[in-house]
This record gives sequence, C-alpha cells and structure tokens, in this order.
Amino acid sequence: MSLERFFNQAVSSWMSEEGPDSDIVLSSRIRLARNFEAYKFPTVFSHEEARMIIAKMEDILRETPFQKFGQMDLLKINDMQPLQKRVLVEKHLISPQLAEDSPYGAVLLTENEEVSIMINEEDHIRVQCLFPGLQLSEALEAANEIDDWLESYIHYSFDEKHGYLTSCPTNVGTGLRASVMMHLPGLILTQQISRIIPAIHQLGLVVRGIYGEGSEALGNIFQISNQITLGKSEEDISRDLEGVVSQLISQERSAREALRKTSNIQLEDRVFRSLGVLSNSRIIESKEAARCLSDVRLGIDMGYIDNMSKTILNELMILTQPGFLQQYAGGPLRPHERDIRRAALIRDRIKMEQK
Amino acid sequence: MICQECNQRPAALHFTKIINGEKTEVHLCEKCAQEKGEMFIFNGESGFAFNNLLAGLLNIDPAFQKPSQSPFQQEEILQCEHCSMTFPQFLKVGRFGCAHCYETFKDQLIPVLRRLHSGNWTHNGKIPKRIGGSIYLRKQIEELKGELKESITHEEFEQAAEIRDRIRTLEKQLAGSEEGGE
Ligand SMILES: [Zn+2]
Ligand SMILES: [Zn+2]
Repeated sequence: MSLERFFNQAVSSWMSEEGPDSDIVLSSRIRLARNFEAYKFPTVFSHEEARMIIAKMEDILRETPFQKFGQMDLLKINDMQPLQKRVLVEKHLISPQLAEDSPYGAVLLTENEEVSIMINEEDHIRVQCLFPGLQLSEALEAANEIDDWLESYIHYSFDEKHGYLTSCPTNVGTGLRASVMMHLPGLILTQQISRIIPAIHQLGLVVRGIYGEGSEALGNIFQISNQITLGKSEEDISRDLEGVVSQLISQERSAREALRKTSNIQLEDRVFRSLGVLSNSRIIESKEAARCLSDVRLGIDMGYIDNMSKTILNELMILTQPGFLQQYAGGPLRPHERDIRRAALIRDRIKMEQK
Repeated sequence: MICQECNQRPAALHFTKIINGEKTEVHLCEKCAQEKGEMFIFNGESGFAFNNLLAGLLNIDPAFQKPSQSPFQQEEILQCEHCSMTFPQFLKVGRFGCAHCYETFKDQLIPVLRRLHSGNWTHNGKIPKRIGGSIYLRKQIEELKGELKESITHEEFEQAAEIRDRIRTLEKQLAGSEEGGE
C-alpha cells in the first residue's frame, strides 16, 4: 500500500481537520450510554438477547437509516480480524472492552468516523461523536440527534428518578461522558501541570494521559472529562467542562508566551532537535516519538516551523501505535521491528510535507 | 508481586478486568503493561478506574459491611427477580444485571449514587419523548407551584391567579396523558 493511500484510509476527520482552538484542543467527544428496556444488561444477558439487540439495530439501519452524518455501516466484532479491531481501538472508535471482552459486540460507524455507536459493550448502546478541536456543544447536539433517532425505535430503560439506567451506576442519569483531548506542552515545560491537575479534580472532572499509563501523559496529551452524570443536565455538564477547558487554553497560551520571552532560543533549539530526530532516526520507541512529536507540534503552533501541517501530531500519535504499524507492514511485527517501522513511517510522513 | 505476563519483573500496575461479569485482577510490570496497555488502558472510557473506585466506595461504607439492625434480615440476601443478581454479586462486579436492579437495590443505592455524583441522586437531564409528556408536565407544575408561592408572598395576587389557572390546565393535561398513556 502506498503511504498516501494508507494515510487517506487511516485518518479520521477529527485527526486531519482543524477545529476551533485546535492549537491546543485536539478533539472533543460526547458519549451517551443507553439500554433497551426489554433486555438484561450485557454483564449477564443471554446470547439470544445480544442477538436480538443487534438484529434490532440492523432493522433500524436498513429501514430508517439516519443519513445526516453520512452512511453508517455495522461491523460485528466476531467478524473482525484481531488487527482490524486493534486499529479501531487505536483510533478511539471502539473501546478495548468492546474489542476484547464483548463477543456479541458490534459497532456502527459513519464514513468520516465522526460517529460511532458501540453495541453490546458495557451497555447495549453507546453513541459517540468525536469532533476536531473544541466543539463540545456541536458534538452534544449531534449525539442528541442520533439518540432521538434511535429512541423513536427503541424502548430505552429510563426511570423518572434516576434517568437513563446504565449497567454501572457511575454512568446513570444522563449516561453522558464529555471529554476533550488537549495538548499542553507549555504547562508541562513551565511545571504548572502538577498544580493544575488537583485543582481540576476538585471540580469533579477527571484528567488523565491517554497515551502511556499511570500519571504519565505521552506526547503531553491529556484527556479531561466529567465524572458526574447524575443530577446535572447534559448542557450543564458540557458547559462546565468547556468552562474549565477554556481556562486551561488561556493558561497554556500564556505559558507558551512566557517560554518565548524567557527561553526563546532554548525552545527553538528543542523544537528543531526533535524535528531532526523525527526526520532522521532509523529506530524510535513510542515514548521518544511522542516527545518529539509534541515538540514539533509546539514548534508549528508557535511559528518556529512554518511549512508543516498542524495535524501531524494527531495523525502520527495514532498511526505509530502497534496496530497501525502492523497494518501498514501487512503483518505482525516484534517490538524491535515496530520501532524500525515507526521511524520509517514518521520519516516518510515528514517527507510528504516537504513535497 | 511479580508480573503475570513475564513472571520476571515486579508488577507496577494493578487493575481489575471484567469479562462476562467475572472480575479478574491483573498485575503487570511497566514493560508488559506498555505492551498490553496499548490495547486496553488509554481509551478514555475509564471502566477500570471507575470500577475500582466504585468497589472502594461500596466496601468502605459501613452501611454495607454491617448487616441491617433487624436480626431477621441478616440471613436474607437481596436478589433481583429479573436477572437474579444479588447485592453481594453487584458489589463484586460493580455492574448491575438489569434495569430492575435499580428498584430492587434502591435502599442501598441512594448513598452510593450520592457519593459517586457529588451528592446528587436524581436525574435532571434529557427525558425520552415517549415518557417525556407526563414527566415534563409534572416538572412544569412543580415549577409553577414555586412561582405561585412566591407571588403570594409578594402579594401579587393577579399574577398568582394567572399561575393557578395555568397549573389547573396542566393538571388536566397530565391526568389525560396518564390515562391515555401506556
Ligand atoms: Zn512483565
Ligand atoms: Zn436485575
């Protein structure tokens, strides 16, 4: 497969398009958890119940398709190759739980991959809308439209007191998880992040690195999401998160300006060294790649590098994960071979920019 | 504790995985976690972390550890009629078996919900259209009753009379929609 074709097929719209505030906010996501009233939750449901849920979704899709976000296709987990599943996980279109632990699972996907509906994961239905940049209210609106469409054919489990009933009580009520992926190198370099994260937790929001594990955030990329799903309206949950995100954006911008004032040449040096590593290395581990990609993206956003597309960080963070590397290679790779492939893919992608 | 993947390095990452309702503890070293972790940690759905949090909350709550005061109830294990999940099972997996569990375990549930959702335990968001009618009406009536009280305290009787009429109309609609409804 040619590199350009690989990229065209591999990249979802949230990775390649720029949204509002996309110098800092990479993507916005809304997820709604819903369940059929008639069936037990996936924790304990029977094979037969799972089958009927998928059949119902297929009927809805066939008889009254919802075209607003493009053609939707239903993929069953059991029909997919392990690598295909892994790639969908790496693109954040399905959860690891759906890929690994949901034998009766399926996913409805739109062509541009902004909308994905997971079926028979932890809940019967999880509608997800993933948009580029800071577009929480747009994503919420889209998720609501899809929810309204499904709701007109499905009797949802709903209780006047507790709202939409979900398998796990952490999701009950609105079933809403709103989250934003942010690139915060300025707050890391100025060492403010350790002060900011506890403050965000205090506001009932969750901050985590989405690449890497534990407290580490590979590529200086953080995900911020709501924890509370009950007692607040969907709009309030989304607005409260957006408020905090806006504050973070302005703190990150002032951190970047402070860096430019106090350590201009050091920063420029760091950016171009990282570009050098990415353009020239023959073996690169995911950690180093993530660090350099973050530097290069910061360099583009701050104007040190002016002939590269901003979306290179989003794209390459996704495409240099093991599943994608193996898909590109056309077969399984050992960790050491992955590091070689990763280096080659990044070099080629940078060359594409210079054409 | 030693990593269960390589059986060599010490485990640095501990979490709970749930497959078909069965809870499994997973212990991995950093290296193996990174290998596997690229599969199941990063995706922001937070199932593992929340589940641990939930189990923690439930276990530390003395109300759940001690059997209720009545000696007759000690033997009784609460069980959902529809999915046969018991409360101890729910504590173990952190997931309900069906929507009816919310009703079955309601006495135990409210303190849990309050803890998970900053003191909240009632829904305040979207309502499905099919049941939206009557719930919406009831909410509106509640709001108007509040306004009515206020206008009476402020001695705005003309306004109060108007509000009272609106409440009556809505109550009629509500009675109608509930008879005609499911
Ligand atoms: Zn290990
Ligand atoms: Zn039940």
